Amino acid sequence: MRGKTRNVGIYVILLIFAFFFLLPVYMLLATSFKPLVEIGMGTMWLLPKQPSLEGFTDSIQRLSPNLWNSFLLVIPATIFSCLLGSINGYIFSKIRFPGINLLFLFVLFGMFIPYQSILFPLIQFLQKTQLYGTIWGLIITHVIYGLPITSLIFRNYYMEVPDEMLEAAGIDGAGLFKSYFLILFPLSIPGFVVAVIWQFTNIWNEFLFAVTITSDPKKQPITVALVNLAGSQMIQWNLQMAGAIVAAIPTLLVYIFLGKYFIRGLMSGSVKG
Amino acid sequence: MAQVILENVTKSYDGKEKAVNDANFVVENEEFVVLLGPSGCGKTTTLRMVAGLEEITSGTVKIDGRVVNDVEPKDRDIAMVFQNYALYPHMTVFDNMAFGLKLRKFPKAEIQSRVQEAARILSIEPLLDRKPKQLSGGQRQRVAVGRAIVRNPKVFLFDEPLSNLDAKLRVQMRSELKKLHHNLNATIIYVTHDQIEAMTMADKIVIMRSGLIQQIGDPHQIYNEPANVFVAGFIGTPPMNFVNGIIVQRENALYVREKAGGFALRIPKEIAPKVEEWIEKDVIFGIRPEDLYDKLFAVGEKDVGNIVVADVDVTEPLGNQTILHLKAGETFIVASVNPQTKAKEGEKIDVVIDMNKMHLFDPNTEKAIF
Repeated sequence: MRGKTRNVGIYVILLIFAFFFLLPVYMLLATSFKPLVEIGMGTMWLLPKQPSLEGFTDSIQRLSPNLWNSFLLVIPATIFSCLLGSINGYIFSKIRFPGINLLFLFVLFGMFIPYQSILFPLIQFLQKTQLYGTIWGLIITHVIYGLPITSLIFRNYYMEVPDEMLEAAGIDGAGLFKSYFLILFPLSIPGFVVAVIWQFTNIWNEFLFAVTITSDPKKQPITVALVNLAGSQMIQWNLQMAGAIVAAIPTLLVYIFLGKYFIRGLMSGSVKG
Repeated sequence: MAQVILENVTKSYDGKEKAVNDANFVVENEEFVVLLGPSGCGKTTTLRMVAGLEEITSGTVKIDGRVVNDVEPKDRDIAMVFQNYALYPHMTVFDNMAFGLKLRKFPKAEIQSRVQEAARILSIEPLLDRKPKQLSGGQRQRVAVGRAIVRNPKVFLFDEPLSNLDAKLRVQMRSELKKLHHNLNATIIYVTHDQIEAMTMADKIVIMRSGLIQQIGDPHQIYNEPANVFVAGFIGTPPMNFVNGIIVQRENALYVREKAGGFALRIPKEIAPKVEEWIEKDVIFGIRPEDLYDKLFAVGEKDVGNIVVADVDVTEPLGNQTILHLKAGETFIVASVNPQTKAKEGEKIDVVIDMNKMHLFDPNTEKAIF
């Protein structure tokens, strides 16, 4: 009896929390389906009376070049940062040489360097290398900035692969690269799922690098364009909200389709011989 | 032809502790050599140095007359079977076995026939299309062995290959490996901590402890002529009894007397001359449990003069023998006697000791005196 009332209490508290957490989502959805005339302080909490796709069609039309830019950015950046992270993880987990742990520590430091602190040197570097203002400049930035975390993910993942498996490959005749490509890489799918989700969402949602490195609106990824949608005179909230949903869909899809591997990968990542 | 020679092989990490200290031994062509010792004795490190998986700090390893210290594992023409099998989980059994051949660019037909042949020898032909995780422990072990066989290497290296199997399977694989050794005329170095594996399979046993080789010999020598107290105590179950004793002379005969004075045993005439210089000196007397007899069942030719009266602490009937835990004088000893023994816990028993089987060790160096 007492257990039951306690459970009810817990559920009530959880429901209250859920209600608060879901409020912005409700606002986002409700507003995005309203025609412009229905938007106002007085009606902001109401459901749309005459649901309209105006916001979506408009925002998709205006954001689609930037949506495409985001894909052009996030796909190569994710692939390269995961591949390089995987190779780093291989070296840091399986190859022994003096000072390797110190080196790994330095690589990890990269995770703790705030974006803002490196903006000036980064932009100077990109200008000197003619990459400033290009998607490729942004890609390179994200690949390098993602390396510490992807290296860590793959190192931890490969620590669970028995050393003997690679030693056996070595005796079988595989060198450093064949051991990686023929043995370790095919076993890395769970590691890649974790790293890909992580990198995809991070790069997709990133704003600061995007806004500073790409000044030309035609080359900006969606996060920057979304802010520019706001305009300076009047904010079309339905357009803004629909745009936010459009911008969030790809990361949502990635998480929906790979999410269960993400949890599994984070939890175990074990490979049984 | 493949002979492996280790000369003054030493391994130390960070220049400090020596995992392997000055190891010298020869593995003759087609010989089955077992490296035996408790965990941490350096036997696996020694094997890994032969494989090229560990750097050799000093000394040389020769395979087939060639110094291989700086040769990559893949160029040493060896194959290794690991304790955890180390199969490639994403490949089928066939691909696991073919992997080394593919990397060495063997023609396809040759790979096919070699893998088939190995699969036939190990009776894993029906499993060739399976993945390792679909196999039982014993089957995985066979695949790991198969992966070694197909390469037809100069030397096979086994690192505790049976210790992950259950007891019954272990016995079966033991005899299969032994058969395999004969059929393939293979040169094998085999690491184990299991003395039964060593005794049953080895042509030659190398016993190690704390990085040092204690004794090298065939199973018979290791068992009957242990070089020191460690080897004597390590080989044999139940282990050899040790008694702190002193050699004394009485009326032209030599005796080993328990230091506490509880009993004295006459040393046979054949052995006596070898211990003369130890008269009035401390020794460690060793005798195996099976060389102790219940007096009722001691056969005539045994030296019935050497009888010790002992208290029976515990009896452990095993069916084919009975293990008696005894106290003689101040010393606890174990005897493995005829199962029809009438010995009862808490009572006394007359134990006959076959002194022709005695061992004596120097208490300072722990080395065998004869």
